Amino acid sequence: MSAVVSPTAGRTAPPPATPPPGRRNRRRLYGSWLRGTTIGIVTLIFALPVIWMFAAAFKTNVQVTDPTVGLWFTPTLDNFRSIVEAGQILRSMGNSLLVGVVSTLLSALIAVPAAWAVGRFRMFRTGSLILVARIVPAICLLVPWYYLFAQAGLVGSYTVLILSHMFVSVPLIMWIMISFFAGLPVELEEAARTDGLTAFGAFRRIALPLAAPGTATASLLAFVFSWNNFMFALVFADDNTQTVPVTLFNFISYASTDWGGLMAAATLITVPVVLAAVLGQKYLVAGLTSGATKG
Amino acid sequence: MSRTDVSEARPAAPAPRPARTRPPRTFEQANRRLKWTMLAPALLFVGAMIIFPLVFTLNLSFTDAFGAVNAGKKNVGLSNFTDALGDTRRFWPAARRTVIFTIGAVALETVLGLALAMLMRKAFRGMRWVRTVLIIPLLTTPVAIGILWLLILDPTNGIANHLLSSAGLPRQEFLGSVSQSLPTLMLIDVWQWTPMMTLLLLAGLTTLPQEPEEAALVDGANAWQRFRHVILPMLGPTLATALVLRAVDALKTFDILYATKGAGGGSDFEAETLNVYAYGLTFDYQEYGLAAAVLVLFTLFIIGVVVLLRRRAGKDAA
Repeated sequence: MSAVVSPTAGRTAPPPATPPPGRRNRRRLYGSWLRGTTIGIVTLIFALPVIWMFAAAFKTNVQVTDPTVGLWFTPTLDNFRSIVEAGQILRSMGNSLLVGVVSTLLSALIAVPAAWAVGRFRMFRTGSLILVARIVPAICLLVPWYYLFAQAGLVGSYTVLILSHMFVSVPLIMWIMISFFAGLPVELEEAARTDGLTAFGAFRRIALPLAAPGTATASLLAFVFSWNNFMFALVFADDNTQTVPVTLFNFISYASTDWGGLMAAATLITVPVVLAAVLGQKYLVAGLTSGATKG
Repeated sequence: MSRTDVSEARPAAPAPRPARTRPPRTFEQANRRLKWTMLAPALLFVGAMIIFPLVFTLNLSFTDAFGAVNAGKKNVGLSNFTDALGDTRRFWPAARRTVIFTIGAVALETVLGLALAMLMRKAFRGMRWVRTVLIIPLLTTPVAIGILWLLILDPTNGIANHLLSSAGLPRQEFLGSVSQSLPTLMLIDVWQWTPMMTLLLLAGLTTLPQEPEEAALVDGANAWQRFRHVILPMLGPTLATALVLRAVDALKTFDILYATKGAGGGSDFEAETLNVYAYGLTFDYQEYGLAAAVLVLFTLFIIGVVVLLRRRAGKDAA
């Protein structure tokens, strides 16, 4: 993670064609240098805790709890070896993967057509139903869900986990995709309809392919939120269906002194997220901020 | 999302309805049928998994549901609500903490986020890397973040106290103490969510037109005046939307509080917000009826906040 921005980073790309000499120009140079440095320091502040976590995962238990051991030490893989040998973490990662993929696919399957309908026909009043889903605290649903699912004997099953994780991803995917479809020119689909496609055919052959990158972004975000979800899994998962945040949480109680192991487990479940962030940075930012500026 | 439903506008002369078997004649007819088909699964999901449980919670809040979920329950009227509202030991302190946490964290995040967004407004080399670093806290598992900060802020072995004492400052208890827990958790929230504010406001800033600022520059306005009187008013709708989004999420914070302070928010309930309180009532004490009443109050409060913020923000906000 080369988070450090070089001091010259703040310089705006093309200098004016004929740079006026003198004080003003020098001030601008100092200004951009100052800006670059500030951005660099702030970025470092946001990056350091995560870097600290990654570093701690490769330290011995003595080194982890010694704050004088900074980022220069001989890395060891012992922490990873011990948590993998303990067994639960790999199974939990498998569970998280399964729940995340299935809940995301199902969510996309129902949310993308709905987002198309809302965005294409400007049914924003109907669309604001998803705003309700967005503002309801998860805990408000957890209580009735638990009460009902426990009566049905479903607690501990993958089904309940998948359904509960869809509560986050359906509104999220709709939220992102509505503004996407609303921004798509309607003429493309109308032209396709004139050429003999049905309304659904126009959606499937024209709108859907164009929306593919957006759908991929939204789905990736939905998967990440499912991967991170703690509260639902805390209640609805049993030992066999446990997901990674719960496994990590359980580590605190019975291995509270094993900081190295804890950090290795935290690192292991954070790595996929960081990879997603590095590879899809541009799209993920667009996804996270969509709907916020366009309304 | 405040625009009216254009789809509701009917054509001037209503065409005779075609028989069900025949294909629809116009785009509008085809669309009208298709759009509801496309919406149906999502609406069904929202109805079954969100609306119905909320109504069920309301129903549950009037009963004495307790213990096993199969146990019988009877109607007790409003007594759960009077119990909750009369509880000055857990309920009101939790409500107060929820409000303090939200206002404190979101206010700091807004100011810092705006400053950072202004700083990053013009493109610079390494922008890609800075943005990547900024989204990592947003995407990292909250439980992992909680544990990470437990290590960093550990009163005896943490790096934070090491840095404080080498700077000649007094060591702190952080999450280990009753009085410092909530402020510390607010700072963790600021670390995690300021980047979100920055990204939202940055997205808003890049869509602003350039001309008003250039005009102000020609008129001799200095940087602060341009920010205060030109950029800030134009950024208003985005700022309002970002505030609503962040406030709603901050009100719902659970993972980090529970991962760092555990059930009840610590020995003296020092980090217990309404979320943690309702969770404990349900899963530690099986007080479903009372928990449901707390949740109904909580939901009404959140809806109130959103309505208030959106009204103040005006029509332009999301």
